[in-house]
Amino acid sequence: MILINCPYCGERDQSEFSNGGEAHVARPENSENLNDKDWGQYVFYRDNPKGIFYERWVHSHGCRKWFNAVRNTSTDEILAIYKLNENPPSKESFINTLKTPSGEPKVGSGNFTVKK
Amino acid sequence: MWKSPEPKKTYDVIIVGGGGHGLGTAYYLAKEHGIKNIAVIEKGWIGSGNTGRNTTIIRSNYLWNESAFLYDHSVKLWENLSQELNYNMMFSQRGVMNLAHNEHDIKEMKRRISANRLNGLDTQWLETRDIKRLVPIMNTDNLRYPVLGAAFQRRGGVARHDAIAWGFAMRADEMGVDIIQNCEVHSIKTKNGKVEGVKTSKGLIKAKKVAVVASGHTSVLAKTAGVRLPLQSRPLQALVSEPIKPVINTVVMSNAVHAYVSQSDKGELVIGAGTDGYNSFTQRGGYDVIEETVRAIVELYPIFGKMKMLRQWGGIVDICPDASPIISKCEVKGLYFNCGWGTGGFKATPGSANVFAHTVANDEPHKINAAFNLERFSDGRLIDEHGAAAVAH
Repeated sequence: MILINCPYCGERDQSEFSNGGEAHVARPENSENLNDKDWGQYVFYRDNPKGIFYERWVHSHGCRKWFNAVRNTSTDEILAIYKLNENPPSKESFINTLKTPSGEPKVGSGNFTVKK
Repeated sequence: MWKSPEPKKTYDVIIVGGGGHGLGTAYYLAKEHGIKNIAVIEKGWIGSGNTGRNTTIIRSNYLWNESAFLYDHSVKLWENLSQELNYNMMFSQRGVMNLAHNEHDIKEMKRRISANRLNGLDTQWLETRDIKRLVPIMNTDNLRYPVLGAAFQRRGGVARHDAIAWGFAMRADEMGVDIIQNCEVHSIKTKNGKVEGVKTSKGLIKAKKVAVVASGHTSVLAKTAGVRLPLQSRPLQALVSEPIKPVINTVVMSNAVHAYVSQSDKGELVIGAGTDGYNSFTQRGGYDVIEETVRAIVELYPIFGKMKMLRQWGGIVDICPDASPIISKCEVKGLYFNCGWGTGGFKATPGSANVFAHTVANDEPHKINAAFNLERFSDGRLIDEHGAAAVAH
């Protein structure tokens, strides 16, 4: 179970929240000119990184407000939480301190077998 | 069993991922398409990923024609697989039951049963009294979501998860396939829109064709070749109880209350939960998901109330927007993907491997998997199986 620090209510169990998937996906401005492929990219394709992931959460069983988080999907460690009107922290600020599940040299598609 | 060779410099086909689907692809490539210079590259040991983390349920009662043909192709292969591989799959056609808990469930299931029967599948409707006769320990009326009926596929059942990986591995090995374990593929190397090989923890291995069957990690690998896939990776959990006397001789699933259960030959209850509600690669998952599942199990089967659970684990499943898999070529020549099986790939193992081998060998899909292409996410021909898949795929 992850603890999530809601920017409005404080730290709560993850089960109080719902995940909204990748953050900062902008609806294309020129939708009338988009071809099917580009429209499909907007509708169906989302980033799915192992490592740093910018995502949305909503405090469904609390204040019901949306906010953003940066989470390391290989350990579920939450690296940052920021409100919708705040700028996302840069990826570089986490990249050197990122933990891996079993101490592998880097987060990739790695698992324990590549541990040196 | 199988050799553990050092990788050669170059192969005709490299298969990334030594689970059932990957090993099966190697087997069918060697057996049916005459390609012998194949390597299966696995980062752990074979069958250590989702092949060893599922609840081994096999069925084919999917709504749409494309899915019914694909999954029933697999069930038909399962029915003869012990003989074909000369290895006991412990395939037990004990039936799979999907419970209906409300009026909508009943209507949806009866529609699915009708669709199944038009496609020649053996799905039937059970009234509550029939369910009681088959599973006497089930509490059907004294609970929050009463059991009002069920869809039942008698040809469905369970099999031994390790056996399919080991069976395919042994027979593929005999035909000259190199099974390379403890070797992790870091990236896929491409040049001018064509695949060149894979970079691994044992160095660069070249190949004319690369077939990726890496379940939850497929999109991570695809990205190294510049391919974007419509997948999201989430933990799917399961748990196993202490062994008890035989009490349940079929598989019972319920999408509405998020729980499914069967009893293994050792007597353990094998219980499946739903996916966690967020992307993750942790292979653990959250306890709140287990709590919800166990709550439903105890309400449906009050006699399990004091039972102890032995093990709990999670596997990382790759979920597609339409809950159907992708078995397809892509824009990089010589690169193939078999992914997006989400929460229900085990049942499809032999069928998926069989049609994927055809796709890789001929650079064209088999007619059974032609609809499971990547183009459907731009032309809109989705195969929406959320109803058949939902929680318990």
